[in-house]
Parts: sequence; structure tokens; C-alpha cells
Amino acid sequence: MRELGRLPRNVEDTGEGVVIDVRDLRMRYGSVDVLRGVEFIARRGEVLDLLGPNGAGKTTTIEILEGFRMRSAGEVGVLGVDPARGDEAWRARVGVVLQSWRDHGKWRVRELLVHLGRYYAPYGTPGRKRPYDVDELIETVGLGELAGKKISSLSGGQRRRMDVAIGIVGRPELLFLDEPTAGFDPHARREFYDLVHRLADLEDTTILLTTHDLDEAEKLADRILILAGGTIIADGSADQLSRRMSTKSEVKWSWDGQSFVHSDADPTQFVRKLFGQYGEAISDLEVRPASLEDSYMSLVREFESGREGRAARKFEEVVG
Amino acid sequence: MNPSMAAVGAGIRRGGIELRQTLTNVQDMWNYVFLPTVFLVVMYFLRGHKVPGTDFSLGAMSIPSVIGMQVAFGGLVILATVLIIEREDGTLLRAKATSNGMLGYLVGKVLTVSGMSLVSLAIVLVPGAFLFEGMRLDSLASWSTLAWVLLLGLVATIPMGAVIGSLLPGPRSLGFVMVPTMGLVATSGIFYPITGFPVWLQWIAQVFPIYWLGLGMRSALLPASMAAAEIGGSWRHLETIGVLGLWAVAGLILAPIVLRRMARRESGSSVAGRREKAMQRNPF
Repeated sequence: MRELGRLPRNVEDTGEGVVIDVRDLRMRYGSVDVLRGVEFIARRGEVLDLLGPNGAGKTTTIEILEGFRMRSAGEVGVLGVDPARGDEAWRARVGVVLQSWRDHGKWRVRELLVHLGRYYAPYGTPGRKRPYDVDELIETVGLGELAGKKISSLSGGQRRRMDVAIGIVGRPELLFLDEPTAGFDPHARREFYDLVHRLADLEDTTILLTTHDLDEAEKLADRILILAGGTIIADGSADQLSRRMSTKSEVKWSWDGQSFVHSDADPTQFVRKLFGQYGEAISDLEVRPASLEDSYMSLVREFESGREGRAARKFEEVVG
Repeated sequence: MNPSMAAVGAGIRRGGIELRQTLTNVQDMWNYVFLPTVFLVVMYFLRGHKVPGTDFSLGAMSIPSVIGMQVAFGGLVILATVLIIEREDGTLLRAKATSNGMLGYLVGKVLTVSGMSLVSLAIVLVPGAFLFEGMRLDSLASWSTLAWVLLLGLVATIPMGAVIGSLLPGPRSLGFVMVPTMGLVATSGIFYPITGFPVWLQWIAQVFPIYWLGLGMRSALLPASMAAAEIGGSWRHLETIGVLGLWAVAGLILAPIVLRRMARRESGSSVAGRREKAMQRNPF
């Protein structure tokens, strides 16, 4: 299982283009193992979503990669540097957006972005101008009207967009986003997705994000990593995960004024039978393939109920 | 430009911005003005009282003493408080997440606290000069003494304030610093000449910077004859430089070690954890 859904370790992986390289990462608090051998790779320009139930170790993993937490064991390379020993030049290439910030409430939006941008100016290169043009950045995150406002006066969603702006003001090569869209309305959410895609496509920024929202993971991420029980139990695109993990589809229909739902591994066969039996009496037919959420839930449920081996084998069978 | 220089430059601007913020904030200004006003009013009513054994007004004597106390207070207690608050709200973590951000943050903080000390000094000294007679404000020597005592006082207290702020676990433990500091103020000869206290109390006061800052400020602003009311009948400039210098050296050695240790422990979950605890204490 460990080798599935990612390229085998070979020369290609250690060379150019690998931005995050995690091998056998372990973290132990007291006598509790939070991470037990996490392994994954992120390549330049890739958007990765770390998904998992609460307490699975998502935040711990991200904090180790950010260089904010010491690991117990394992090898970690972030932009070719061990984050535990990352210096300020390394720090300049990394952007961090944490779950909750309340800092700099007395500062004004533009004022703070200009200030924080100053630290990055010496790290600019001809190919990567640092920092971002602040006015452009403020427009990009949709805070144009609020540039002169105090940060403490921003709403929750605006504050979050401000955090994202601060995270990218230094034009990072790698961006960590911990639950980035908490408090966003649907419109802000859509704009944020556009921003993430723009960063990844145009700026070649590698993005590692965590989210609880599977729909969001599906829209944003090139690849989804599911972390449960301290290891990565699945690693693949949303399509791969949902198509291959869950074998059952949902069939809905109504008959004689009543609604029915049925799950079946072979919906075509089932519907054929349904029509054979009831013919034209069937209406409102709907066949829905298993969503990412279904596959995620079944995967995690199986894993948590102690049938780790089975879940892993099943995944191996379908992917392999 | 060199990254460290860029951070120092950003830090200098940061100090300016934060100083402007505090000077345009009603709550902050109230904090600056409230205690000095109470002090000036009380001293005005006591203006008939003389320093024992002299013909000098107790009120005029206490003006430079209070200025010295405020400098010590600003460096030790206010800086410690700000550090604790900004650790709680994530400002320090933000600095840590920024390239060379800690350097800029500290430069900014030193400037902010120094600027606040200057403001507090003016708030007491300007009205004091009009209300009380006897201070020497017209000689260059007065102002140059005031300048070096102020500078040395800031260097002696700001790094120590950073150490205290880094070591205390949270805002609720600030009382451990506030209460002893208040006690020290009472025994450091700020409001009443220290020679009126028991000798053992004098010795305790002389270990800490509050007494020496008060003494240094008195030496700057009071007539030379007033040295008679001090320990040993002298302004003891050498001793002042010695004790404040020791505090400065100790602070400058300890502060980087302790600050680095504190910064290393900051992470998203530590800030979130403290926030949660604060919410449980005070859900509104």
C-alpha cells in the first residue's frame, strides 16, 4: 500500500521539481504516536490537499513542514532544506496561512502588507519579483475597498482573505494553507479557488492545504492525501479516489407516488431489472456515482474500525 | 539590499507606525495621562511639604523620581505585557513566519517602548515645570545628564522586560511582576527620600534599576545641593552607571537566549490553544 498512488522512489523523485519530500515521518507526544510513518511527495506547481478526520495529525504534519515544530523521527525536505534547520532565506520562499490569526488589529490593510513586503524585497530575483505589488495583491484577494481600513474592523471572511494576502505577499514558492476558506461566503469561496489556481498555474506555486470540505478538495486539489491513524491511507486525484474506492452507486426512483433509494455495485444491471419488473410505472430515475465524500467516509470508517489491513488491500486491488 | 538591513529598516518603520497608533488611540492616551495626572494633582496639594532637612519642595523632588520610575516601568512591565499579549494574538508567530521578521519585530518594539518612555517623560515634566519651582531646566548639563540616564535606563530595562515577557506563561501571571514592582516603587525613594527608610530596605532597593533611574533623573534636574538628601550625600553617578550597566549586560546576554527559546515554541497550534483557554476563561 505504501507505494501506491505515488511514483516509486527513484532518481526522478529526488531531483528537480520535488518541493516537499516526506519519508517515514514520525511524531510522538509522550506515549502517543500521532504520526507513524507519513510519506508523500509534492512537485512544483502542484496543489495538494491533506484530508483527514480531526486529530489525525494534519496540523502536526503541516507545522513540521513549516518548521514550527520538531519531529520525532523521519526525513523531511522542504524546498530541498530540512525545515528544522531552515534559515531566513528558506523562510522567505515559504508562505504560511494558519487557521486563526488575530494579530495586528490596529494596523491598516495596506499598511501591514507594505510593511511585511519589505522583508522580502532582498530576496527578489529577476524571475521572481519580491514582494508582490501590494495594490495588485489587495485587488487580487478582493480587499480593494478596504485597503485603508483597520484590520480589527474586517469581517471574518475579509480577515481570512487578509491572511491569505499576507501569506503570499513574499511571492512564496510553497504555500501552506490551513483551512483557508473558513468563514467565506460562496462568492468569496469561488474567488479564492480562482486565486489558488492562478498561483499554481501562473506563479508555479506549490500549495499544500488542509480542509474539511470534500467538495472543496475536489475543486482545488490536483492530488488528495488522506491522513488517518497517523499514516497516509490514500494518495491520488479526486477522480481516482472516488472512482476506484467506492464500488457502489446510488439509484433513486419513484413508483406509485413513493420514493426509493438503493445502493448497488452494478447500477446498470439493477436499473434494467427495475424497468423489466415495473416498466413505465417507474419515474424520476436518478443514478449517482459514489462521490468523493462517500469514498472518503467509507475509507476512513473502515480504517477507524480497525480494519486497516482490509481497507488498504482493497485500495491496492483497485488502484494496482 | 542585505536581508538583515532590510529587516532593521522595516523594524524602524514599524516602531514609527506603532508609536503613531498608540498616540492616536484614546484608550492608550488615557493610560499615559491618567496616573501622571493623579500624581501631579496629589503633589500639587502637598506642595507645602519640604524634603526633610532641606527647604526644597517634596513635589519638585518627586518629578524627576517619577520620570525615572516611568522609564523603568516602561522597559520592564510595559514591554513584558506587550510581549505576552502579542504572543497570545499571534503577532510573534507572524514575525516568526516572516523572513527576518523577529529581527524587525524586536527593533520595532525597542523603538516603540523608547518612544513611549519619551512621551511619558514629557507628560510629567512639562506640567511639572510649571507647577513646581526649583528644578534646573535651563542648563545644558541637566539635559545631557537626563539624556544619558534615559538611554542607559532604556538599555538596562528593555532587554530585561523582554526576558520577563518571554518567561511568563500568560497575561494572568503578570501580577507576579506588577505586585513586586509596585513594592519596589514604594521603597525606591520615588515619592519620599530613601534615606528615611531602614537600611536593609535601602539595600534591596539599590539592587534594582528603579532606584538608580530615579536617582539619575534627580541628579539631572535638581540643584546640586539636593544631593545632600541622598545616600552618602552624593548623586553617585559612577554607581548608577555600574548598577544600570550590570542590568544592561545581563539583559543583553539573557534576552536573545530566552527570546529564541520562546520563539521556537510558537506555532499555530500553540496560539490556537492559548486562544481556546482564554475563551474558556472569558467567553465574551
